[in-house]
Amino acid sequence: MAVMTETGVAGAAPLPAMKRRSPYPGWFFLPAAIIYGILFLLPTVASLYFSLTRWNLFSSTFIGFDNFAQFLREPFLIKGLINTVIYALVTSGLKVVLGLLLAVLLTSQIRARGYLRSVVFFPVLVSTVGVGITFTVLMHPTQGMINEGLALLGIKGPGWLVDPNLALFSVALVDVWKGVGLATVIYIAGIVAIPKDYYEAARIDGATSFQNFLYITLPLCRPATVTVIILSFIGGLRTFDLIWAMTRGGPGFASDTVASVIYKQYQAGFYGLSTAGNVVLFILIAVLVVPLTMLLNRREGHE
Amino acid sequence: MSYLRRYWLSVVAILVSGVVFLLPFAFIVLTAFKDQKQSALRDFSWPDGNYLWSNIVEVVTTRNWMLLTAFINSTILTVASVTLLVIFAAMVGFVLQRRKTRFNGLIEFLILAGLMIPPAVVPTIWLLQGIGLFGKLHGMVLIEVAYGLPFSIILYRAFIATIPRELDEAAIIDGARPFDVFFRVILPLLWPVTVTNIVVQSVAVFNDFTNPLYYLPGNANATVQLTLYNFQSQFQTSYNLLFTNIALITIPPLLVFLFFNRQIVAGMTAGAVKG
Repeated sequence: MAVMTETGVAGAAPLPAMKRRSPYPGWFFLPAAIIYGILFLLPTVASLYFSLTRWNLFSSTFIGFDNFAQFLREPFLIKGLINTVIYALVTSGLKVVLGLLLAVLLTSQIRARGYLRSVVFFPVLVSTVGVGITFTVLMHPTQGMINEGLALLGIKGPGWLVDPNLALFSVALVDVWKGVGLATVIYIAGIVAIPKDYYEAARIDGATSFQNFLYITLPLCRPATVTVIILSFIGGLRTFDLIWAMTRGGPGFASDTVASVIYKQYQAGFYGLSTAGNVVLFILIAVLVVPLTMLLNRREGHE
Repeated sequence: MSYLRRYWLSVVAILVSGVVFLLPFAFIVLTAFKDQKQSALRDFSWPDGNYLWSNIVEVVTTRNWMLLTAFINSTILTVASVTLLVIFAAMVGFVLQRRKTRFNGLIEFLILAGLMIPPAVVPTIWLLQGIGLFGKLHGMVLIEVAYGLPFSIILYRAFIATIPRELDEAAIIDGARPFDVFFRVILPLLWPVTVTNIVVQSVAVFNDFTNPLYYLPGNANATVQLTLYNFQSQFQTSYNLLFTNIALITIPPLLVFLFFNRQIVAGMTAGAVKG
């Protein structure tokens, strides 16, 4: 009898206590949820409404899809849209190819590996605006160091940032210069994770180093490739600071991207149009990146 | 691969990497040593004399010691936002990894959305003005926290998955409150990934240009990246000063790189591969 009541008491008491003291309290989410919800989610949702308004310092009027229509009608706004996609394709493509080649080189039996890895990676950490200003000086058509260097080799260098057909690609090249270190580091992590047995077996079968690369390294570092593509593609679509530091979207509108258009429209006081630019960029990223992610991950599953 | 071929490949790699990656930095440093007249040539040459100190003094004192103010602002911004980021992200990562509820799917969706969606600029400014945080340093801190959370949470959650649950349970049995379980048992164990988080996010916040440009206008609030932008037009003909400024603001990332190279590489690859 006494034993029964004792176990009864002992069994009843901890239960509510346990429930109260869940070791993983929900309020741990609160600080992050409040900051993220108010400062990121709320403006994002609000942008859907404001993109449908004519909005300035004083008032906002609902005008339906006029802002988006304007985005698809005005030649310089369409230019920004196309440029954004070109820029993302060029930078992510080059980062994949160069990052992979550098990673293969830097995981091989080469000398000064540590030094080379550091040198390639360091630009990732440097201020984008600083890099932009430096390369603007280096890319000067007549006095820049790049064209003077090319002249020594007997090549007449192009007008990197002043030629409207070239400006966007010049900025993209600098983006690759600054960002290829990250791609390389991701690829190195992928390559190092490949079991050595594969190479050992291939060596016994008499495979050349090119065959090694094509049939072992390339397919087995696919997760790294997926990461590099998606990361640099999103980064390319959102890019603003480098373009702003180097060309301000110029010459004319030749190197404008959606992000620089957003800033220009904001400065000009067209808040509705600027916000529509934000929504356009959001849609662009969703439309391009989500299918891309699914495609890349599906192929991975098939192998 | 023969020894000779490997040797030549190394030599070529060192030379090419030197020209492509080191020459631009050498140009920055050399120009910072020059006087205005020589720097105007914008060529790759040895400085005629050592003007580094006078350049530094001039850059720092320009516009009422703006660069000094900016360094103080950037330091406050970086330290405050990274501190909050680390604590809040670790808390979320812990509970998110440990407790499976029906909200987990939604939370994970929101985290991925935060990594992809570009922040809506003007509505954010409108909101900041509404709550009186626009153009304020503490408002900027909260913005950096909001934008940095998804990445930090992903880093933390992945690391927490490697810490056995039995540890939490042992602490509970010993009578620890949930608060203590996390802050006194778990958080100290997260130190490696905390270092990674601190390093990666510090570099990101310190180098952030776009967000202070939008949300933190005004000379009194300038961050170091904005001084560069402001001086770009003012120093149009004084390349020595412009590049002295670039050299000065490159020092903090360089120090981080020298001391935390391994953590930063680990963090960026881990976050990237899992994200």
